[in-house]
Amino acid sequence: MANAIEASRLDVGYGGRQTAVKVLSGLDLTVAAGSFLSILGPSGCGKSTLLRVVADLLDPLGGTISVLGDTPHAVRSRRDVGFVFQDSTLLPWRTVRDNVRLPLGVGQGSLTRTIEDRSDELLELMGLAGFGERLPHQLSGGQRQRVAIARALLGQPKLLLMDEPFGALDEITRDRLNDELLALWRRTGTTILFVTHSIAEAAYLGERVIVLAANPGRLVKDLDMRPFKQDGNRCSREDPAVIAAMAELRGALERAS
Amino acid sequence: MRQAPLPPALAIALPVLGAASILLSWQFLLPWLGVPAYIVPTPTAIFGVFRKSLALFMSNLWPTLVEALAGFVIGNLAGVLLAVVFVHSRVLQAAYFPIVLFFNTIPILALSPIIILIFGLGMTPKIVIAAVICFFPTLVNMIRGLDSASDSEHELFRVLSATRREVFWSLRLPRALPMLFSSLRIASATAVIGAIVGEWIGSDKGLGALIIQASFNYQSDRLYAAIVLSSSLSIALFAIVVLVERRVIKY
Repeated sequence: MANAIEASRLDVGYGGRQTAVKVLSGLDLTVAAGSFLSILGPSGCGKSTLLRVVADLLDPLGGTISVLGDTPHAVRSRRDVGFVFQDSTLLPWRTVRDNVRLPLGVGQGSLTRTIEDRSDELLELMGLAGFGERLPHQLSGGQRQRVAIARALLGQPKLLLMDEPFGALDEITRDRLNDELLALWRRTGTTILFVTHSIAEAAYLGERVIVLAANPGRLVKDLDMRPFKQDGNRCSREDPAVIAAMAELRGALERAS
Repeated sequence: MRQAPLPPALAIALPVLGAASILLSWQFLLPWLGVPAYIVPTPTAIFGVFRKSLALFMSNLWPTLVEALAGFVIGNLAGVLLAVVFVHSRVLQAAYFPIVLFFNTIPILALSPIIILIFGLGMTPKIVIAAVICFFPTLVNMIRGLDSASDSEHELFRVLSATRREVFWSLRLPRALPMLFSSLRIASATAVIGAIVGEWIGSDKGLGALIIQASFNYQSDRLYAAIVLSSSLSIALFAIVVLVERRVIKY
């Protein structure tokens, strides 16, 4: 399977089919399996909406979309997709470990494969060993997002959707989590769609960055970042070529706003 | 600017001292000012009548306790169950919630004679009145609580293909518990009020009946003792709710 996502002439909106406010209009997008795609765009351009269509949280009004060669619904039922939200959405009454284990406790009815309890392994991977019995309110913002990522990874998803996951964090924590996320991506080979407001973050993480424009949301820029990246998708934030690429993205973003 | 919190020793000592100052001025200042004992008996007189007629007070505490407890359980349970129905059926909620809202605007004192007319003079009407009083705050709080999970929390459960039952037990219900407990705290006081109001209107047993009899007979020490006892009952119920809440909600 070569492509994780194939969308063609995708229309998405809210409201009825006739009266709908279009959020995405005629979007064509192909995402290679195993790749890391950053999605940039002004508010209201449909970045989050696109993730919600892929995750089968929202039905498109028109066009076609296939995810991992199947319908979004089938992929969601198989638990092949993980979602990380902007707010960590940890359940405050559950311990850290029980939050990571949430996918074991719900939705098992529709599942054909068994999910192993890898909570200890994942907590260690995310640098949270020894935090398992804490409650979410006892963690920092960065730690809570790490728990949310561990929870999304529990079912070993082939596709990880991240909706501004580090948007509320301070810059140092954010940079550190960016590096951890890249390491994780190299290790797991998961396809990642990463929505962000930050040009620097999009350029640093993505093998490819797309820019969406608003009203209605459409693709206005598609930039391959691989030429700027060394082994393991790493790039220097100070490299003049990377800075030039970021300026190009900023230009596209300014025209799109 | 917010004031700094008191040191722990003072935080305990000050309310005790405050209560003691009130009791002392009640005991010594009021008689000195010439307030007669049939209007305000002294704390020692109230305590004295309580000790003298302990059996009478206990035999009247018991029915009120049973009525308030039964009303508390039934009223809150009904509120919780109806809230569960309402959040799962917008149609039923739209059809019947306004009627419940209207029903709630009837003063309980106006409703009580009707309830006694229907259920007679035994314990049942008192339990019903206590239950009715507890029911509404719990219904409203529980509906709000069950609906209080955020959109992204619902999306998280949807991504995991959770069933409605799973969403209820693992998301909606735990989310609703803090709000449920805040209405249970209110209900711990109002259940006792409901039972006493019921006893006023038609009973010869219970703290409410004791209050009515004592005030008709100008036995003010007995009247005050009955009031102290009924407020102690509310406080005890409240304390039980708070203890359970602390065990259940740890975050």
